[in-house]
Amino acid sequence: MNGPGHHKLHSGMEFDGYRLEEKLHTGGMAALWRVTDLRERHPVAQEDGTQLPLIMKVPLLYSSDDPTAIVAFEVEQMIMPKLKGAHVPRYFGAGDFDAQPYIVMEQIAGTSLRSRFEEAPLPIAEVVDIGIRVAHALQDLHRQHVIHLDVKPSNIMFRPDGTVVLIDFGLSRHDRLPDLLDEEFRLPMGTGPYISPEQVLGVRNEPRSDLFSLGVLLYHLATGQRPFGHPTSVAGLKKRLYRDPIPPRNHRSDLPSWLQEIILRCLEVEPRARFDTAAQLALLLQHPDQLQLTARAEKQVQDGYLSVLKRRFQVAGAEPALSQSASDQLSRAPIIVAALDLTGGTEALAESLRNITRRMLQTEPGARLACLTIRKVSRIGMDESLIQQGENIHVKQLVDLKHWARPLNLNPDKITFHVLEAPDPASAIIDYAHSNRVDHIIIGSRGSSALRRYLGSVSAQVVAEAECTVTVVKANEK
Amino acid sequence: MLIAIITDLHANREALQACLTHAEKHKVTRYAFLGDLVGYGADPRWVLDTVMDYVRQGAWALIGNHDAALLQGDGQSMNPIARKVVDWTRAQVTAEQLDFIAKLPYCIEWEDILFVHANAWAPEKWDYIDGVMEATRSMHATRASITFCGHVHMPTLFHISLTGKTGEFTPMPEEGIPLSRQRRWLVIPGSAGQPRDGNPAACYATFDTDSQVLTYYRVPYDAETACQKIIAAGLPAVLGHRLLHGN
Repeated sequence: MNGPGHHKLHSGMEFDGYRLEEKLHTGGMAALWRVTDLRERHPVAQEDGTQLPLIMKVPLLYSSDDPTAIVAFEVEQMIMPKLKGAHVPRYFGAGDFDAQPYIVMEQIAGTSLRSRFEEAPLPIAEVVDIGIRVAHALQDLHRQHVIHLDVKPSNIMFRPDGTVVLIDFGLSRHDRLPDLLDEEFRLPMGTGPYISPEQVLGVRNEPRSDLFSLGVLLYHLATGQRPFGHPTSVAGLKKRLYRDPIPPRNHRSDLPSWLQEIILRCLEVEPRARFDTAAQLALLLQHPDQLQLTARAEKQVQDGYLSVLKRRFQVAGAEPALSQSASDQLSRAPIIVAALDLTGGTEALAESLRNITRRMLQTEPGARLACLTIRKVSRIGMDESLIQQGENIHVKQLVDLKHWARPLNLNPDKITFHVLEAPDPASAIIDYAHSNRVDHIIIGSRGSSALRRYLGSVSAQVVAEAECTVTVVKANEK
Repeated sequence: MLIAIITDLHANREALQACLTHAEKHKVTRYAFLGDLVGYGADPRWVLDTVMDYVRQGAWALIGNHDAALLQGDGQSMNPIARKVVDWTRAQVTAEQLDFIAKLPYCIEWEDILFVHANAWAPEKWDYIDGVMEATRSMHATRASITFCGHVHMPTLFHISLTGKTGEFTPMPEEGIPLSRQRRWLVIPGSAGQPRDGNPAACYATFDTDSQVLTYYRVPYDAETACQKIIAAGLPAVLGHRLLHGN
């Protein structure tokens, strides 16, 4: 290895087949360099034929008495090669500590949320949109067994098309790899304003910690205020274990009560009182009409002195919760879609679908059920009377959906209803499943008929094209 | 180079065969057998022949306490069941095989890797690495940055950082673990021939020296047959039954 050893890095320097072009950024623990791949090992042509821009992250290891930077870099070198998909930077390679430690990755063309953050409060629609995008990115990360544990504006990038990319996995935890940080440090690891209560207590295996940080982020974006300030001492961090934030509507009266409900639920001290998964949070941000409002929605002031004092005593004896992992939590709280055909289907089929759905929910008590039906609309425009008629049908179908689901006897918090209007039912179901990160689709099959052989089968198309598991149910005609 | 590390084979032909087939499919280029080739199982001759064959083709092999017991008369520190098996095994193996065992080393150092059956501080004493303390002691006793060892039948991964903090991790099968060169590692792949963690599938691990990625595997095999053979050989039935449950 012909690394530069302990020499200072400078522009034009070459090692391991990379040339340092310019230093883009120096952070607390690492510097970022734009680099050229001299050996063309990463032949990633962009649409215009040029090479994908690469950056090299180099840890700053000045102070050998602070091992945090070294261990965080080891963690990142371990986790980054494992990550895939649009919500993380593409990883290209790493140099080890024998010579010059570094990680080479894709340079994200867009900006970080940091810039937008300084302009908070932002329009409500933008806050919600950011929340949905970040939640989708977190869901994708959790699905890959990784909890980020340092969600904050500077670690959230936007690609030019708006896709969120999460960066900086130095504090992250991969639940199938050794947690190097857990052994090393006893102090809370995270960033003051965003760190979750359980992280303050040293818990590093709770995926819903990322939802807490996202809640802090949404609170700030919506109000321009930090819900827990910017504490720097452990005692200051612990305050969030007993002191609830000022309800955000107090800072901003035009903030919808449903958004306050969502934000305060993210900021719950107990992880299980938050949303089960990032996908469920995204689903409700997308469909606020499906949210069950509680006292949180209309809360006007912080909790009283006595209840805070009581919580403070409880915190003094608090024990970190049970061990679990990102993927465990995800698999315990799946989103299941029951896709129903309320016009063409038979009662027997609806009954079979309900039975299978019930069985599925019995084995997955944490699951959320989304009941879906498609109102087929033509591809061309409609006149007013047709639109009016359409709305009536829409309401009727919603009523039918609820009627179908009633025997399941689900907690309203665990079920949502959706009438999608689309010319092509199969595509609508597939799109819905994709954009809501659905884990499982249950769909009926009408059996064989001459007509279906011409038109094709909705369930067959869903099975072929959906990204998740699909269960096809047939009517029990016996 | 992709190395397969197979240890505590314990004369279990079915398990070894399954691991070797699995490793071959994963394009393993070199093999390391970390001892306890025999003991407990009913196929010492076949297992020894197979390992000897692999050694002729460049594999590494070490001696374990069960192998060493064949060379000594008494089987000293062993429990009565193990001692019974030692006597039975000694009657099965050939002179050539005993000679092969007698020449096996306690440990092998290769590049910055140490292969050893029991531990790095006193390989010939057979002390177990059954916790963080012993793991730390072993990692401090070698200059190698990665130690592979057997003797303990539970798959485990220990690591120690520059600041001297030791971590213990129970690995997940088939999840590649990049071993940072910034710390020392002690890898216990778990037993191929007599798994004891409640999962009857055979244990082994691979290490890719180029990417520094370690992967633990669990390979299901015909434990039923291995069990039947132990009973048919007149060995204690408990040794057969435990294979079915991996305990």
